[in-house]
Amino acid sequence: MTEPPLALALRPLDALGRSALSIVDALGRFGTFLIQALAATLTPPFKIRAFVDRINFIGYRSLLIILLTGAFTGMVLGLQIYITLSRFGSEAFLGPAVALSIIRELGPVLAALMVTGRAGSALTAEIGIMRITEQIDALTVMALNPMRYLVAPSILAGVVTFPLMTALFDVIGIFGGYLVGVELLGLSQGTYFGEMKTFVDLDDIMLGFWKSISFGIIVTWVCTYKGFHVGHGAEGVARATTQAVVMSSVLILVWDYFFGSVWR
Amino acid sequence: MITVEGLTKSFGRQPVLRQLDLEVPTGSVTVIIGRSGGGKSVFLKHLVGLLHPDAGRVLVDGAEITRLRGRALDAVRRRYGVVFQGGALFDSMTCWDNVAFPLREKLRLRRAEVGKRVETALAQVGLEGVGGKNPAEISGGMRKRVAIARALVTEPEIVFFDEPTTGLDPILVNTIHRLIQGLHRKLGFTAVMVSHEIPEIFEIADTVAMLHEGRIVEVGTPAAIQASANPVVRQFIRGEPGNAEGH
Repeated sequence: MTEPPLALALRPLDALGRSALSIVDALGRFGTFLIQALAATLTPPFKIRAFVDRINFIGYRSLLIILLTGAFTGMVLGLQIYITLSRFGSEAFLGPAVALSIIRELGPVLAALMVTGRAGSALTAEIGIMRITEQIDALTVMALNPMRYLVAPSILAGVVTFPLMTALFDVIGIFGGYLVGVELLGLSQGTYFGEMKTFVDLDDIMLGFWKSISFGIIVTWVCTYKGFHVGHGAEGVARATTQAVVMSSVLILVWDYFFGSVWR
Repeated sequence: MITVEGLTKSFGRQPVLRQLDLEVPTGSVTVIIGRSGGGKSVFLKHLVGLLHPDAGRVLVDGAEITRLRGRALDAVRRRYGVVFQGGALFDSMTCWDNVAFPLREKLRLRRAEVGKRVETALAQVGLEGVGGKNPAEISGGMRKRVAIARALVTEPEIVFFDEPTTGLDPILVNTIHRLIQGLHRKLGFTAVMVSHEIPEIFEIADTVAMLHEGRIVEVGTPAAIQASANPVVRQFIRGEPGNAEGH
């Protein structure tokens, strides 16, 4: 039985209601996807080979971009903070200023954004292509859970690799600041590292660590979800990939703010 | 025996299956024919539990799979082999690993047993020696045969073929049909095939069902279908353009 057409005045309300319902529906599916993925991540059988492959895919292949962005971020920070501090005669605080900026904030955020651009987009495209070529359906009809083979190893690899990538970014960034502050601008090595030891404590490092783990979950969750729910054909994969990168990047920045506000 | 009763499915406001009924006898080869875009693949996806109907049910040996979820549905699916339209081979694996995959992951067989069964399956489809290649490195016909080997390597009781010969030349179409026929005789599985290949499918089918506008409009032996008085069936098997095309 077909519904009678709505009065013209009610149609905007009808459209508003439908879009509100579709948003709630999408959020529900997004949340359910994470619960299913975590269930597949935490229960045996564990797919060790797929997990190692994902570590290589997300982590190892992102090393070069992490090294490059970390070094130049540290160098830029070293230069700009040195110029700023020299106006107040406080160049001695260059080391802690660079280290705190990188360890607390820039390291986890920029490393996550870089890995999203390189590996997150590829993850969405790979799973999306598997969806449109029925490879995910093939897993399902073999009575094998695709979440266990495709999503769980990616999320677990995200949890492992994001903190490691962030640690690497931090070390290289601090070294970049050292190159500019000490080697180019003449600050003493003892001052740069000595003041850093005084001002940076374990809480700062743990803040960056927990942030990076949460970013690892966010990026792999969003990117695998978008790949799983891809539209039709090449255009659908392209759209899903763009959406995955944009959504991951926005969520990283929003979550970073709230996380940083709660954990000071 | 697969029994389909009143299967109904719409996507949005577009009805695809309307009160569809069909019976597939155990051990037979049943071929579903019908126009492109007529809902044949959607129907097949209901049989394997990839889609859930708006109404109606699918029973496999009495088990209502349209109501099953999770492990209960997987228990039925373990009896299945499915050959997808494009093959659906895992492109990150070699052909050998594709065929070995269900043996390792589904049946958890030992390495030596896996090796033996993969070699046998590839030999059955005439692909000895190509196991080391990736799916992208072989032809469309070979990919279809690897997909058939993967679907049959676990010795399933029921095998679904979704247009297994689409896009192949007539020689390959006959080769694949003979291959399916030979394997069916040897292994004795129940086969449900969706196909457009007229008249080739009449050679291998025990039963042919014509799906039109979401309903099975005629079921019978190949001879009965070829002698059908139903204008829709006659038009389709003769390939005549006209009102069945919808214009």
